[in-house]
Amino acid sequence: MDEILEILEKDCRLSNEDIAKMLKKKPQVIKKAIRKYEKEGVILKYKAVINKELIKNADSEVRALIEVNIMPQKDVGFDRIAERIYSFPEVSSCYLISGTYDLLLIVEGKDIHTVSRFVAEKLAPAENVKGTVTHFLLKKYKEDGVILKHRKENERIAISY
Amino acid sequence: MKDIVSKKVQDMQPSGIRAFFDLVLGMKEVISLGVGEPDFVTPWQIREAGIYSLEQGFTSYTSNKGLYKLRLSLNHYLKNRFGLDYSADEEILITVGVSEAVDLALRAIINPGDKILIPTPGYVSYGPVTELAGGVPVYIETKNNSFKLTSRVLEQAIDKKAKALILNYPSNPTGVSYTRRELDELKKIILKHRLLCITDEIYADLTYDFEHTPFAALSGAKDKTLYLDGFSKSYAMTGWRVGFACGPKEIIAAMTKIHQYTIMCVSITSQMAAAEALQSGRKNVEEMKREYRRRREFVIEALNRIGLKCLKPQGAFYAFASIEKTKLNSLDFCQQLLKQQKVAVVPGDAFGKSGEGYIRISYASSLENLKEALNRIETFLKGLPAGRQGGKCG
Repeated sequence: MDEILEILEKDCRLSNEDIAKMLKKKPQVIKKAIRKYEKEGVILKYKAVINKELIKNADSEVRALIEVNIMPQKDVGFDRIAERIYSFPEVSSCYLISGTYDLLLIVEGKDIHTVSRFVAEKLAPAENVKGTVTHFLLKKYKEDGVILKHRKENERIAISY
Repeated sequence: MKDIVSKKVQDMQPSGIRAFFDLVLGMKEVISLGVGEPDFVTPWQIREAGIYSLEQGFTSYTSNKGLYKLRLSLNHYLKNRFGLDYSADEEILITVGVSEAVDLALRAIINPGDKILIPTPGYVSYGPVTELAGGVPVYIETKNNSFKLTSRVLEQAIDKKAKALILNYPSNPTGVSYTRRELDELKKIILKHRLLCITDEIYADLTYDFEHTPFAALSGAKDKTLYLDGFSKSYAMTGWRVGFACGPKEIIAAMTKIHQYTIMCVSITSQMAAAEALQSGRKNVEEMKREYRRRREFVIEALNRIGLKCLKPQGAFYAFASIEKTKLNSLDFCQQLLKQQKVAVVPGDAFGKSGEGYIRISYASSLENLKEALNRIETFLKGLPAGRQGGKCG
């Protein structure tokens, strides 16, 4: 992977100038490369990783993993039905997987009822959906490589040879 | 009580620097670029291997030479990576870091009055440990050749009493390393004068501009080399204390004799973890190396921009920057910088007299810290009287 992407994946707030210094290139070159990645859709979005559990007075939120069995369609396989499902804003992630079911969804809502209602009213009755199994998430430990725990900095002796 | 301490030991420590270290350790909220170890934590699978070994009840001594499994893994690793074949039975010794290996090596080879050649500025332990072993350190000045030892300067330093050269590359504190061709030049002199070359290659995996070549891998050099390396820097395992020595079986046997009486063996937990590091840690090493390399570019550019002239280090994670233009000596510079801006760096003369006029800046620190520290150093320089602030360097 291009080192620019490796750097941005860790910290997307670094300026072009800083990245240029680290890679010993001109800021213009970095800017151009990033623009190209954005245009090609390699870079889709820049966002912060937020630990919502620490937000005071945050709106409550529940998440569920939902296994979905679907009937593939002629010519387009799973893609069209997947698109119909992931287009719901409640669906935050959607994967096609191998094994005993076909789609794995992550669905978010403000409480259990909202998520249940989504499954009962939108997802389960959808055309070609054969069945669903819903697992509510109890606790998040790690997400997208980030451990959701405030860790004390590793303490090193402040000066050594 | 003071007279109970041996004369040799009383004479050992340069006191000004110790006091400066204590000053740093006593201060809060200091950004420290004075640290000689990685800022990464040991990769999890390596830590996990250590934990698992404890769960399984591996709490005993190991063989004096170290776990056979680890020595065998080292044999495979060195063979595959560098074409170096050291027998796991007779030519490899697991030590408590390279530090212990240096001590063992010097005690194993020195007869009273033997001279040990040490390029300077260099790592702090070689001289004192030589003296403790009854040897005479001969410091070879490298400042005039961008801190690189040349065959000409080396040969000038050799006399009949010269027994060994300690070559640390990439170097702490300068970051200087040697290409295969440069090593070949040194090798000619070492073979000609039948010296032993003790190489401290602890930063080998952090070589940025070319492939690292172990001295022992040069043709004809293996019998004349004691090759020292370890896990501390490449795998971020400083606290585990695992190093190794590879060399002619007579020397390894002599070192093992001392090791068995003084240390017995390296902690089994650490050895188990080190074995895991060899098996699965290369990816982590490469990842950390890329990160250090990016910081290196960043720091060197910044230092030269703010007027602290600095050669590009080829390895390790240190920049050795000149403070000549500030007209301060190293210790004063570091003390004032610490007091005024709360940034800690190491005075260059800690690494030998000729390190005077330099400071060692470690870039084993997050980019955020590096940025802030460099801003503060810039502010500090601007606060110096006109004409002493440095200025742009080529």
